[in-house]
Amino acid sequence: MALAEQDESGVAARQRRLSVLAKAEGKDLLALWKQTGLDPAVELLRGPESGLVALRGRIGGGGQPFHVGEVSATRVTVRIESGQVGHAMISGRDARKAQLVAVIDALAQDPAQVERIERDIVAPLEQLAGEADAKLREETAATRVNFFTMVRGED
Amino acid sequence: MYVAVKGGEAAIANAHRLLAARRRGDAQVPGLTLEQIAGQLSLAVDRVMGEGSLYDPELAALAIKQARGDLIEAVFLLRAYRTTLPRFGHSEPIDTGEMIVERRISAIYKDLPGGQLLGPTFDYTHRLLDPALAGDAPLEAPETGVDTGEKVTRVSDILGDEGLIEDDPVTDSKRPVADITRTPMEFPMQRDARLQTLARGDEGFLLALAYSTQRGYARSHPFAGEIRIGEVDVEVMIPELGFAVVIGRVKLTECQMVNQFQGSAKTPPQFTRGYGLVFGQAERKAMAMSLCDRALRAAELGEDITAPAQDEEFVLSHCDNVQSTGFVEHLKLPHYVDFQAELDLVRRMRAEHFASAAKADDETDVAKEAAE
Repeated sequence: MALAEQDESGVAARQRRLSVLAKAEGKDLLALWKQTGLDPAVELLRGPESGLVALRGRIGGGGQPFHVGEVSATRVTVRIESGQVGHAMISGRDARKAQLVAVIDALAQDPAQVERIERDIVAPLEQLAGEADAKLREETAATRVNFFTMVRGED
Repeated sequence: MYVAVKGGEAAIANAHRLLAARRRGDAQVPGLTLEQIAGQLSLAVDRVMGEGSLYDPELAALAIKQARGDLIEAVFLLRAYRTTLPRFGHSEPIDTGEMIVERRISAIYKDLPGGQLLGPTFDYTHRLLDPALAGDAPLEAPETGVDTGEKVTRVSDILGDEGLIEDDPVTDSKRPVADITRTPMEFPMQRDARLQTLARGDEGFLLALAYSTQRGYARSHPFAGEIRIGEVDVEVMIPELGFAVVIGRVKLTECQMVNQFQGSAKTPPQFTRGYGLVFGQAERKAMAMSLCDRALRAAELGEDITAPAQDEEFVLSHCDNVQSTGFVEHLKLPHYVDFQAELDLVRRMRAEHFASAAKADDETDVAKEAAE
């Protein structure tokens, strides 16, 4: 039971970490990575490989799925010197970023590294993304309009 | 039909070299960067991604540059590129309700949760050319307002709660999702295949058809229930991990068109809907798509099929501009042998025509002489 719970929180943490890393700007990710000074030996198990992901929407917004089009994507699987395997799939064609995400994913499988990865890479990236979204929301909020319906003359 | 020809290699090579020089234009003027195209001609990039059916702003910018700004040629380049790549799989269906909204308007509700957000729109501009843009004067930073954090609820969810509008079509997870890139088109089509076809369809063609429905060719009394533009997360199931992760974000435009009541013995009168979902900021295309989607539901909703926009074979077979341009433009290719055969035929027909005319003349003369 305890193990299952741990697994579940481990899955959620890995899911969040990979999502934050995938959404980050390549240059921000690289800058933070360089600051950590981490540099494990990496063996490429698969890729980096360019491909497509079929993007699905839902009819009417919430109904039966349909294909809107395709998104370019890159995936890679690595093994680092300590033996952990990391996976990454990111949108776009930045193979270097994809490989870095996979390496960080592998490093974070190591209990000795996971906190450092969170503190030095994932949390700062999440903050940057949050700031960018907040800026967009504030700029959009300034364009919020209140329409008044005019009373017509005939009454 | 055209036949293979040989020769002309040097002329073709020189033509392509000339094309490259003409594409570049005046060498004294700095060349365009992909960042400039993606950043400053972003709606052209969005259109090429949508009709090219591939979301990748950098590649779409490259295609536009290579095509000298010919957007249909750029769409063609992007479509050709996508055929060279393997398909990793499909995303989880995106949730437009969770969109980071950059623009959201409704023409049917004045006040609605999340508000009317104009965003970066051409609406309410005076459409006067701005000579200042010939230069590169510094701009004011966008004004900011207070983000209330209020959820921008989809209009279809508001109306749906009261039962005044038809629900989203029932989800049957057992039914495979249509994919026109894998299975050839077959009529009649299901709505998922129709929407996939419309999403990559030519904006001009769909716009004209949408306009035709407004002018009376399949009247559908539409209201723009909601248009929203913004970014959504793309989640993909990773088999090696056993769970889905976000691989990035895409910008989309969604249009919910709300149309006149439809009632039957089984359902009370309620509004029906047309749906549009397009890559990037592409409001006109999303609106046209939703009008066409609604018109193409005529059979499902028991309406008479009287107009071109309701004829799915007509609309869906001709809305793809890569297919259209391929067949129209192939007429440029050598048809010499074909044309020779036609020439022979016309010569024979003319010979027969003149011979029979001469014969008829002779007979008339003979008849005249006999009468005299």
